[in-house]
Amino acid sequence: MDVLLSPLAGLQMDFGALPQQLVNGILIGSIYALIALGYTMVYGVLRLINFAHGEVFMIGCYAALFTSWAMGFTATGMQAAKPPTSNIVTLLIMLFVSMAVCSLVGVTIERFAYRPMRNQSRIASLITAIGVSLLLQFGGQLFLPPLQQNIQAEVNPFRDTISLTLRQAPASLKQEFKTASLAQKAAEERLAELAPPGALTSELSPEALEVRERLSELTIKSNSLRAQVNDASVFVVIQKGKLIMFAAALVLMIILRHIVLKTATGRAMRAVNHDFQSASLMGVNVNRVITYTFMIGSALAGAGAMMNSTFEGTAITPFAGVALGVKAFVAAVLGGIGNIPGAVLGGILMGVAESLVVWVGLSGYKDAIAFVILIVILLFRPGGLLGSSAVEKV
Amino acid sequence: MTTPLLSLDEATIKFGGLTAVNKVSFDIERGDLFGLIGPNGAGKTTCFNLITGVYKPTSGKILFKGSEIGGTPPNRIAEKGICRTFQNIRLFPSLSVVENVMVGAFLRHKTNIFSAFLYLPGAIRETEQFRAQAMALLEVVDLADVALARAADLPYGKQRRLEIARAMATQPDLLLLDEPAAGMNPQEKEELHLVVRRIRDEFQKTVLLIEHDMRFVMGLCEKIVVLDHGEEIAAGPPEAIRNDPKVIEAYLGEAV
Repeated sequence: MDVLLSPLAGLQMDFGALPQQLVNGILIGSIYALIALGYTMVYGVLRLINFAHGEVFMIGCYAALFTSWAMGFTATGMQAAKPPTSNIVTLLIMLFVSMAVCSLVGVTIERFAYRPMRNQSRIASLITAIGVSLLLQFGGQLFLPPLQQNIQAEVNPFRDTISLTLRQAPASLKQEFKTASLAQKAAEERLAELAPPGALTSELSPEALEVRERLSELTIKSNSLRAQVNDASVFVVIQKGKLIMFAAALVLMIILRHIVLKTATGRAMRAVNHDFQSASLMGVNVNRVITYTFMIGSALAGAGAMMNSTFEGTAITPFAGVALGVKAFVAAVLGGIGNIPGAVLGGILMGVAESLVVWVGLSGYKDAIAFVILIVILLFRPGGLLGSSAVEKV
Repeated sequence: MTTPLLSLDEATIKFGGLTAVNKVSFDIERGDLFGLIGPNGAGKTTCFNLITGVYKPTSGKILFKGSEIGGTPPNRIAEKGICRTFQNIRLFPSLSVVENVMVGAFLRHKTNIFSAFLYLPGAIRETEQFRAQAMALLEVVDLADVALARAADLPYGKQRRLEIARAMATQPDLLLLDEPAAGMNPQEKEELHLVVRRIRDEFQKTVLLIEHDMRFVMGLCEKIVVLDHGEEIAAGPPEAIRNDPKVIEAYLGEAV
């Protein structure tokens, strides 16, 4: 029993840190949501789990990386006498290239791997999807740079943070800390006057020894007061780049919503979603709708890939799409696969759940928790949170 | 002699050992109100599936405006000008009534997805134009007042009429109606009768319909083909069909 519960021994719940963790969760959740949308859209029109979607994401990461290299942001480029500087245009170019490359890859996969299997049994398509996924992972190992890569931090020009204070520490406490730190500073200066830096204890005058003694007491006091001030106040620190990432993800979701609800292609997608055959009999070119679906879903993965590797700084390997792909897939199922708002909700929930696991001090279990949540929710709502339940009228 | 609009020439389809439609031939001229009748399992809906490209005929020809269409993909056939409704209603349930009709106009869209999400004027104009056309069709089937409701929320009779409007949105030359009056009460049937006539007379469409209700078919159609066990057993105007001993036998069994 002790062994079983041992992970729980480290549980901690610092409520002051909760807002920060929630914000982190929502930010990364927006990336999960972008990827989950690709799974859910393809499932909607084809009833196919596109297992290669994670690899489309991985290719998007490399597309963003290579674009940044092409613009001079390599390790050596940053050491140069005049290193390149980044601005919003740099980011937009990377975003555009990544989205375009992913669209192309997604459409190609559909055309050459899934379309020939369209009239075969569902399981054949599923195995094809797993095959494409493995092909891209190990093909990536052959042809892509061997080591794990990171996009240079300098590519993100918005590295400064903004801090939001949610609750101030009591003024008296802050005043006390201020006095203590001033006294500490004064003692430091006095000591510097009395003894040259690097002097040995034996060389110090009695007065200097006394000041040194007082300084160490003052340091301890001011440090403890600083900790008290931090504990008593609640604040959230966000990097500006991540806010931009979140805003961009929202804009993309709004554009998607517009396409799906307001355009002819979107109407056709929803029609195909309900009834492939009768849509076709009403003159809808189902192949074209499917191509558009892969194009849009993959472009969203490309945007997620570029933003995740630039703003979150996640390392890029040919297997980068595996864990993230699985998480996004779980998010899509959680929200109700085939349901577009569901994918967004599932993605955000997934991000928040993960950061809550980190918050209670179980960061080692971060990836496992996704599946625990999935199992629990599917036990109670088999169709996912926003999905229709499988009960059919008879 | 002009080419018929649709012409089946010994159209046959076999599923394994079962011949569902066996050497059926008939011609439909422009402007016909044509009925296809027969007992359950006679192969009427299978005939529709052959004409609309759901199935490819095993042998025989299907000519539309003089050219072979057997085995063409369904959406291409819809583009050529044949559209249909379904025996078991197959609307897009979560789309609104007017959106269901607008899906039927998809094949006439010229602007692409990019101009649509960039709000280019052409795309907006096109969408507005299709919406207006869809509303006009809803007027014809008397559904304009529920245009924004979800299709799934309509009562049964209205769903049937919506299917007709959706098929009409593809602007077909030939409209196929699969048991349009099934499950309707006498008053709804009366209204449907008028709608079908209006589609033929006002919109100059040719209509081919499958129907079980004899009174409905006899009162509406000018030419009728009778199928039984996949075979054509009679063809002609309603009066001739009514008195044809083979038809009576097929419907009532042998002891007549």
